Amino acid sequence: MGFERFVFYVFAVILVYAAARVITVRNPVHAVLHLVLAFFTCAGLWLLLEAEFLAITLVLVYVGAVMVLFLFVVMMLDINVSPLREGFVKYLPMGFVVALLIFAEMFMVLGVKNFGAQAVAIPERHGADYSNTREIGNVLYTDYVYPFEIASVILLVAIIAAIALTMRRRPDTRSQDPVAQVAVRREDRVRLVKMKTEEKSG
Amino acid sequence: MIALSDYLILGAILFGLSVAGIFLNRKNVIILLMAIELMLLAVNMNFIAFSYFLGDIAGQVFVFFILTVAAAEAAIGLAILVVLFRNRQTINVDDLDTMKG
Repeated sequence: MGFERFVFYVFAVILVYAAARVITVRNPVHAVLHLVLAFFTCAGLWLLLEAEFLAITLVLVYVGAVMVLFLFVVMMLDINVSPLREGFVKYLPMGFVVALLIFAEMFMVLGVKNFGAQAVAIPERHGADYSNTREIGNVLYTDYVYPFEIASVILLVAIIAAIALTMRRRPDTRSQDPVAQVAVRREDRVRLVKMKTEEKSG
Repeated sequence: MIALSDYLILGAILFGLSVAGIFLNRKNVIILLMAIELMLLAVNMNFIAFSYFLGDIAGQVFVFFILTVAAAEAAIGLAILVVLFRNRQTINVDDLDTMKG
């Protein structure tokens, strides 16, 4: 058993453990943290597959942004977990059977017979001067430039949608109104009062 | 050396676990969203494994787009969740029956 195989199995065991904990753990915060662990180990596996750019992207974008967003939301909402756990035991056999069926079907298609080392040759490792980022960039900005633009538009839509959904007007907060400030006239602020001068006292 | 089938079976295990997660936590919207993220991760694993073993970089480009769309989906999903909780004080799927679906 080579070192590479050893690394693969260690990562695979951690990944399956973390995924199992995500769906079974009681506290949603723990579930998010296990999902972070799953993403990290998956990034390690992607490094074994020489997908360095996507592995780093997974850690930066997913763990750094999306999972932190999840953590924010989970910690911000004051959730009573116990009613949400109702039916967990009831659906346990059903979920187990369906998952097992799906896995069995996929195993029959994707197993060693069709995609094993004999069926699909293991490619040679690239040299030290190979840049995965350059390879992706070469096709991303030529063949896939329109999908790339569409992806950026999707992100823009997501930004605007998320802000528009969660923004609310609160009447009791104090804020400046620049339009009213600019449009103010002298008569609104200064009031000239005609009055008699006072007598000199004493 | 590691064969392609090892990665594919690992992806299948991950996918099966996330489907089971949807069955088990069908009342908790947050865990449902997390199970969807796990599912996308399994799909991405298959894409990258095929990309490496077939020597075609296009699979990695697809993973790039899937990551983009998944990030957008998570952001909008969580925004909907926050609005939902603000209005209903619950995220239990059973309580969300306003539209009588």
